Amino acid sequence: MQVVLDNLDVVLKAFGYTIALFLVSGTIALVLGTVLVAMRVGPIGVLRRFAATYVTLVRNTPLLIVLMFFSIAAPKLGIRFTWLDVHIGQWDFTSFFGAAVAGLSLYTSTFVCEALRSGVNAVPLGQAEAARAIGLPFGGVMSQVVLPQAVRASVPPLASALIALLKNTSVAAVFGVAEAVSRMRALTNNFPGDRWEIFVAFALGYVILVEIVSAIAIFLERRWRVA
Amino acid sequence: MSAGSVLFDAPGPRTRARHRVYSFVGAALIVAGVAYAVWRLWDTGQLTYERWEPFVTPRYLEAILVDGLLQTLQMAALAIVAALVFGLVFGVGKLSEHRPVRWVSWLVVEFFRAVPVLMLMILSFFAIFSGVDEIQRRAYWSVVLALMLYNGAVLAEVFRAGILGVPRGQAEAAYAIGMRKTQVMTEVLLPQGVKIMVPAIISQMVVALKDTSLGYYILAPGLTALVKPLYQGFNNHVAVILVIGGMYVAVNLVLTAIATWVQRRYVGEKDMLKVSAVGEQGGGMDGGPAPTN
Repeated sequence: MQVVLDNLDVVLKAFGYTIALFLVSGTIALVLGTVLVAMRVGPIGVLRRFAATYVTLVRNTPLLIVLMFFSIAAPKLGIRFTWLDVHIGQWDFTSFFGAAVAGLSLYTSTFVCEALRSGVNAVPLGQAEAARAIGLPFGGVMSQVVLPQAVRASVPPLASALIALLKNTSVAAVFGVAEAVSRMRALTNNFPGDRWEIFVAFALGYVILVEIVSAIAIFLERRWRVA
Repeated sequence: MSAGSVLFDAPGPRTRARHRVYSFVGAALIVAGVAYAVWRLWDTGQLTYERWEPFVTPRYLEAILVDGLLQTLQMAALAIVAALVFGLVFGVGKLSEHRPVRWVSWLVVEFFRAVPVLMLMILSFFAIFSGVDEIQRRAYWSVVLALMLYNGAVLAEVFRAGILGVPRGQAEAAYAIGMRKTQVMTEVLLPQGVKIMVPAIISQMVVALKDTSLGYYILAPGLTALVKPLYQGFNNHVAVILVIGGMYVAVNLVLTAIATWVQRRYVGEKDMLKVSAVGEQGGGMDGGPAPTN
């Protein structure tokens, strides 16, 4: 453990990048996923098919390939993230970070879309019919009856998607973001004798982060659960 | 077309007219987007024959299929077979009557579900298999081991949920006619549970197959290992990634189709068995096809 404690600043900074990747791509993925699910369950056939095709294609592509596209292929097409050059204190958010966020958000948005869709599907048809029968207008049906139930039912699958994103941020290590896994690899190379300790420390870091997200999800689910 | 949706009523004539406008605008935007993407590809010279040549040259094609696809499929298949064993042991372990067994199984399953696969691969490569001299073989088995641990942990949950999904009367009846614990599990619960597990297991294969690509980080063989040599030789970065990505998608679509077919054929229209990513989240995990990764 001594190695980890000696390099605690490095370890914490690495997890800081992990958390930054998670928060930024998570937010973008939630927004994109919501737009996608609106197209996916909406009444416009063209948009529905487009969203379905997009989700199927992206979801079946390995995340590594998606990130590879943004860091290797996209520059050849003139899509570069060099405009991103933010330095906050000792934190650097450069093109590597931008490419990773783009890939992670697009990939995760498809899972967010599916999570939200399963929530909408979980609302029984009779709920909307009953709401209309008592004379609620469309806005009322949505805001008072359908969406509250759909959001509740989406919490567990949404949490799964976000936890997967948290673990998937590790793939950014392959493309030059100094987050936890890339730091772990560097540390194990520098201190080969203490590999297991380093691994256990980083694994615990991930376990803690995952448990935090999981706890928030369970809290929300309990809170929103109908009696 | 939208008769079954909770979100909106069956449209009237005016709404249909409005939807036609939206459809037209939507279609125009999509076509414009695709056209722009193609123009972008063409403008930057990505569509020239030389850049796509390796994918129609038999020698390269053979290399891609044999050194790439076959290796990838092999790694995924080995990992899944191993993960099935791992999952069965710890899934049944989580249902054990002995507290220590249950506790250890729970710990193992939760741990490997919470840790990124890439991390497990690095650990396997630099620590567990550090004795293996041949780098290629070492990376290959590191990928298999890491995928076995992660997917095994997920499958443990699938097995547990599948066994718990068998009606309780089945086990009670089996005990009543004098079967022993092991017999109840192997003769009564597992054979019936397997039926609802199979689609979830096939879905997990998609996850395993996608994750073989992570072997790129430890220079493992497989489809992703070919990306760099190909684009270095032909300067066709975009084409390589599109083709290799397309191959993954194709195999995954076949697997998903098989899972759906098995589900329809043997389980009926019920939702596919799903397990949460991590933690014991109470209820509500039903709905929505395919796995989360």
